[in-house]
Amino acid sequence: MSNEQFEPTIIGFLCNWCAYAGADLAGVSRLQYPPNLRTIRTLCSATVGPHQILKAFQKGADGVFVGG
Amino acid sequence: MEDQTKTDIRVGVFVCDCGSNIAGYLDMQALVDYAKTLPNVVHVQENLYTCSEGGINEIKNAIPKYNLTRVVVASCTPRTHEPLFMGACEEAGLNPYLFEMANIRDQCSWVHMKEKERGTERAKGQIGMAVAKAARLRELSRIQLGLTHRAVVIGGGISGMSAAMALGNMGYEVDLVEKSDRLGGLLNDLNLVLPAKEPPSNLVNDLAGRLNENPKVTVHTRSTVSKSEGYVGNFVVTINGDGEDKTVKTGVIIVAIGGRVLKPEGLFGYDGKMVVTQLDLEAMLKDGAPASKNVVMIQCVGSRCAERTYCSRICCMTAVKNAILLKEADPETKVTILYRDMQMYGVENEDMFRRSKELGVRYVTFDPASPPRVEDGKVLVHHLRMGREISIPADLVVLSTPVIAQEEAGDISTMLKVPVNENGFFLEGHVKLKPLDFATDGVYLCGNARFPSTIREAVSQGLGAAARAAIVLSKDALFTSGIVADINPDTCCGCLGCVDVCPYGAINYFEDRGVCQVNKVLCKGCGGDAPQRARRAVRGSTDSPTNRSTRRLSR
Repeated sequence: MSNEQFEPTIIGFLCNWCAYAGADLAGVSRLQYPPNLRTIRTLCSATVGPHQILKAFQKGADGVFVGG
Repeated sequence: MEDQTKTDIRVGVFVCDCGSNIAGYLDMQALVDYAKTLPNVVHVQENLYTCSEGGINEIKNAIPKYNLTRVVVASCTPRTHEPLFMGACEEAGLNPYLFEMANIRDQCSWVHMKEKERGTERAKGQIGMAVAKAARLRELSRIQLGLTHRAVVIGGGISGMSAAMALGNMGYEVDLVEKSDRLGGLLNDLNLVLPAKEPPSNLVNDLAGRLNENPKVTVHTRSTVSKSEGYVGNFVVTINGDGEDKTVKTGVIIVAIGGRVLKPEGLFGYDGKMVVTQLDLEAMLKDGAPASKNVVMIQCVGSRCAERTYCSRICCMTAVKNAILLKEADPETKVTILYRDMQMYGVENEDMFRRSKELGVRYVTFDPASPPRVEDGKVLVHHLRMGREISIPADLVVLSTPVIAQEEAGDISTMLKVPVNENGFFLEGHVKLKPLDFATDGVYLCGNARFPSTIREAVSQGLGAAARAAIVLSKDALFTSGIVADINPDTCCGCLGCVDVCPYGAINYFEDRGVCQVNKVLCKGCGGDAPQRARRAVRGSTDSPTNRSTRRLSR
């Protein structure tokens, strides 16, 4: 085990109409959160299938967040 | 993938400082250096403000100079700035759908203000994904549509008349459809309009006269719109008048059906004689001041209550206006207004309020928990400051009732596929940004149909709706977005789930083949049908579900 603290990489699939707008609002409001997230804008959270979630893990994500 | 071959993909990356909004919190040089290492990237440039004229020109110059086939801008959010940058690409001859954005401000520098190093790492990730996605983008084309340069205005009240007049003056053919036998709407029932103390007929007759003389405007009285089909620029509307149906082609539709005044059946002993509404009082005042010497008005009758939570907003002004007219007709007449809160916004209305007090109009607050009681010859009310019930003599009680939605609002809502709220008033596309538009393109709203309005507001909204409609009518052709849904007929099971959820009526079911098909003109590419697609037959036109960073789903 490494002594470094574990920092997960989280992939966020955000719905254009709500969660993505919410993430923008967090910025406009200057709300601070840890920079572990990588956001991907989607047309609708329902367009995110199990396939993409598994692919994200396959590519090295430690967590997947679907916001919609 | 039928994408162009790798050698054709030449990505230009523009990294925006946004003044100090991004550059103040992230390591810009590190981002530029990183972008240069990404596959297919042939040009990287840092801009102080990419969205400024200078920044836009740099994009436009770089496209031919470096022979760019993809453009990535790393800056703010695509929700506000994507159309601008897409426009820049288009002007430089690049298909605008070959543009991608990385959000490194709203979703990076602004939320990681104290973590420059790790924030920069995140920005690198966002830029890397955008560049990877850009490489997979395909050209899309916008669909060009012809349009009919005509308008239909539903409702011939003051707002509808104003809208029709404005469009007629701009040179567009207008069909103004009024259900009653004359133009003017609610104004026809009013006595005098303050502050000028003018009979509203002056206003109505003037506008109606000019509308009738305008060769561009056709007024259809005793007529209704019974059917509407089509979409922005190309509606076909059926106007029913005198038992005959007439179909007209139109590019836009303005909903100006107005409202009506609530008749307070069963409230405060309303009988239309001794207990009347403000509208009844207006009719009485037209024939001269009533003989009543003790008038009591009660505000908020049937509004701001459980059944109708909204404030009708114009009833306070009406009550104060009529109180002034009664006092001026006979200073000995006692006028008492029982109210919860007075809504007298604006310079002139506040002056009117003050004037009524100078004339001796008496104001008494009441608590809705213990409302006034109307009895024979008197009104009893619990006086909050005195802490006891007082009795006010009354030979005329006037109830201030709200403007409510028209009965036909529901039918028109269904016909035009535009929403109404729980009270039957039409709902605009956006409260602040699109107050006179519906979410559906080519359909607009104004006046009391939207919310109780003063004459001045109804006129302004009518003129505003006409101006919004003219944005469509002034074009030679319309272009729809290239981002639309597509249904694979081989996998569509015909469940109609997508048809039910589409807010734009863009999906049709073909019974003979048992499949659904998207009307690409009506589709807004919202993705709302995605949860319903039983067998994933509906997908965005550039959907590539194999790579997480290459999915281009929203525009």
